[in-house]
Amino acid sequence: MLWQLPFVVSVALVAIGLYICIVKTNMVKIVMGVALMESGANLFLVALGYRENGTAPIFYQNPNPGAEMVMPTTQALTLTSIVIGVATTALLLAFTVMLYKRYGTVDTRRARRLRE
Amino acid sequence: MMVPEFFQDHAPILVVILPLLGAFLTPLIGKASSRAPRYVAALFLLGSLAMVAVLADKVWSQSPIPVVYTLGAHSGSGINPVFRIQLVVDGLGVLMAIIMGIVSTAAVLYSWSFIDKYSGQDKYYTLLQLTAVGAYGMVLTGDIFNLFVFFEISSIALCGLVAFRTERGESFEAAFKYMLYSTISGVFLLFAIGIFYGEYGVLNMGVISEAMSSAGGASVLDKIALGLLVTVFSLKAGSVPMHMATPDAYSEAPGGISAIFVAASQTGLYALFRTSFTIYGHYNPNTGAFNLDTYTLGWIVVILGVLSMFIGVTMALVQKDIKRLMAYHAISQTGYMLLGVGVGIAVLSDPAKMTAFGVDAMRGGIFHIINHALYKGLLFLTAGAVFYRLQTRNLNEMHGLGHTMRFTTVFFMIGALAIAGMPPMNGFSSKLLIYESVYQFNPIIAVIAMLVSVLTLASFVKVFYSAFLGPKPENPPEDAPTSMLIGMTILVAVIIVFSLFPGLVVERLIDPAVRALLFPWLAGGV
Amino acid sequence: MMRPMSKIVRSMGGVLYPLIAVFGGYLILHGHLTPGGGFQGGAVAASAVALVVVAYGGTLYKKGVLSTVESFGLLLFLGAGLIGMSAAFFANTLANAGGLFGDAVSFGVTDAGLNTGGTVPLMNIAVGCEVIGGLGLIILALSKAAFTREVD
Repeated sequence: MLWQLPFVVSVALVAIGLYICIVKTNMVKIVMGVALMESGANLFLVALGYRENGTAPIFYQNPNPGAEMVMPTTQALTLTSIVIGVATTALLLAFTVMLYKRYGTVDTRRARRLRE
Repeated sequence: MMVPEFFQDHAPILVVILPLLGAFLTPLIGKASSRAPRYVAALFLLGSLAMVAVLADKVWSQSPIPVVYTLGAHSGSGINPVFRIQLVVDGLGVLMAIIMGIVSTAAVLYSWSFIDKYSGQDKYYTLLQLTAVGAYGMVLTGDIFNLFVFFEISSIALCGLVAFRTERGESFEAAFKYMLYSTISGVFLLFAIGIFYGEYGVLNMGVISEAMSSAGGASVLDKIALGLLVTVFSLKAGSVPMHMATPDAYSEAPGGISAIFVAASQTGLYALFRTSFTIYGHYNPNTGAFNLDTYTLGWIVVILGVLSMFIGVTMALVQKDIKRLMAYHAISQTGYMLLGVGVGIAVLSDPAKMTAFGVDAMRGGIFHIINHALYKGLLFLTAGAVFYRLQTRNLNEMHGLGHTMRFTTVFFMIGALAIAGMPPMNGFSSKLLIYESVYQFNPIIAVIAMLVSVLTLASFVKVFYSAFLGPKPENPPEDAPTSMLIGMTILVAVIIVFSLFPGLVVERLIDPAVRALLFPWLAGGV
Repeated sequence: MMRPMSKIVRSMGGVLYPLIAVFGGYLILHGHLTPGGGFQGGAVAASAVALVVVAYGGTLYKKGVLSTVESFGLLLFLGAGLIGMSAAFFANTLANAGGLFGDAVSFGVTDAGLNTGGTVPLMNIAVGCEVIGGLGLIILALSKAAFTREVD
């Protein structure tokens, strides 16, 4: 049963990240929340590929015949989503920096000229 | 048609990689000459449009069986191709690609003059082409993880473009907001993909639906995934409960980008319909069962549509910023598409109702997608032209533009008549299809749809009066530069063709898309 | 632009920089044989860029060079895909064909040769270039933004 723990953790990470995005008003913290959510999704994908007693998915002379390998596809998916995560986080941080230069604040309650 | 076999064979992937190649050549060439990027971008987007035409010919000739292109496959490599990345192109996908092709060509020509004064043009054209790559990839791929990747590509490129006018803090505010929403929706999409992969071990959408069917329909986990997917894609499309970032992003983006933004958002609708019909609406001829009773799903989509229509137009009525007003109208028009196709989803399992009005509703909804991309794109381009000359978007500060900006005024009028659904414009044909069919589904919703149309007309009459009519201003602005007029003319020409021959367009363009969604269920009934 | 740090940091940065860069290059080149690959190796190599930016200030790197590396990487990646167009996009027609990365590999467990794998190592190199360029640009841009304090 213990191998279901990563799913619980991944959902918890997404929930915490979403909470931060909704409740916090500091834009840097919001970016952190987004990064947490992305980590949760990545953990979910990697956990999906886990097989009990599985070995690394490399073609070699298997030490114990019949042993399962973990799924490599989900790891490839995770790698792709990490790359996308890097891009989005960098972009969000860049927007935050530029917004700070223009407005002098990273507080979302004060940085809302569009609403006026 | 005499097209070399190479292009015929590789058309699906060439549509995607030509703008990708152009996007990465642009910064290199931009180092040599600051004017070269515009030509590179136009060349590669036109090449991509030509490939879309080749692909469309191929898809329509074998409709409703999709064109399949397997990446990286040696013939006879012995590996089941569904485990590779596949492009699966059917009538709906090719229709969306045509929309993106036309709008992106118009937008890139328009941008030649529009961003002439700005620095960083190579980056602008790179991102513009990447947006096209994202949209093309999303509508052509048959692999749900690829759909996620292209979804993110188009979101990231669009955010960069929204923040292109670096002298304004507001553009960063809008870009941050839109990026935040699209990143969160990306995480949910990834979760849904994880659920599919965990259950069925494949990522190909067609194979997922068959695996779901042989497992006896959608499980509880699949329904959770469906909830996530509906949320994500209606957010991308800018439907109402998730619409908060859309008006900001539309109004802060440079003129040509707002047009391309509309077309890129509609890939969200494409993905929503694709999951609803292809994955969850899959019909198993052996058991006679669907993967999911789509009645509830259809009603959810219909309600999203009605909310979008009504709230979008009421918010638009109070706006003073011309692009923000148009952005709220874009939300409102998205409602029509959701309504039309939502009715189709709701009556999917009832062949009598489906043939009586469901097919017509879907025709109307899908026809409205292409109509909306054309006329809302045109309206955003005219608004950009006004901004280019006046440096303001405030309706209170403009009057009498019709005296000197003649072409822009005429183009705006054509777009406004089309969006309000006045006969004989193309907007009228698609809205009429929606009204007639939705009236048989639920009369009250049809009445709301007509009311929204009247309010749309009122709103655009207001804009037309306050901006283009009235006394001649003291310093009358010149008309838009030639390249901007050319960009707008492309869209106007297509709108006029669609207005004059709606029957032909529905038969040639829309019916293959509807057939593709209903295939193999009711394949002969359309 | 940020100021250089103390002499100790600069000397240690100078010592570590080639080691990190070479390790990154190793990960990229051996991506088709050992764990790692273009993205991981590129990220390691980009951390060398980050080290230099932190130690010496951001003046040693030109944005133009990094963006050229990035564009080159992406074009190489697409080129590696286009090589296989005789079969399909991304088809690995170079593998087992002799020539560059084309040594024949028999089925089963064999000794790892660097000159195998067809387009896979080419793509790893492309992704490596792209990641070094892209992450380097991000580091430069953010470090520049973080150490200038002007607010309109």
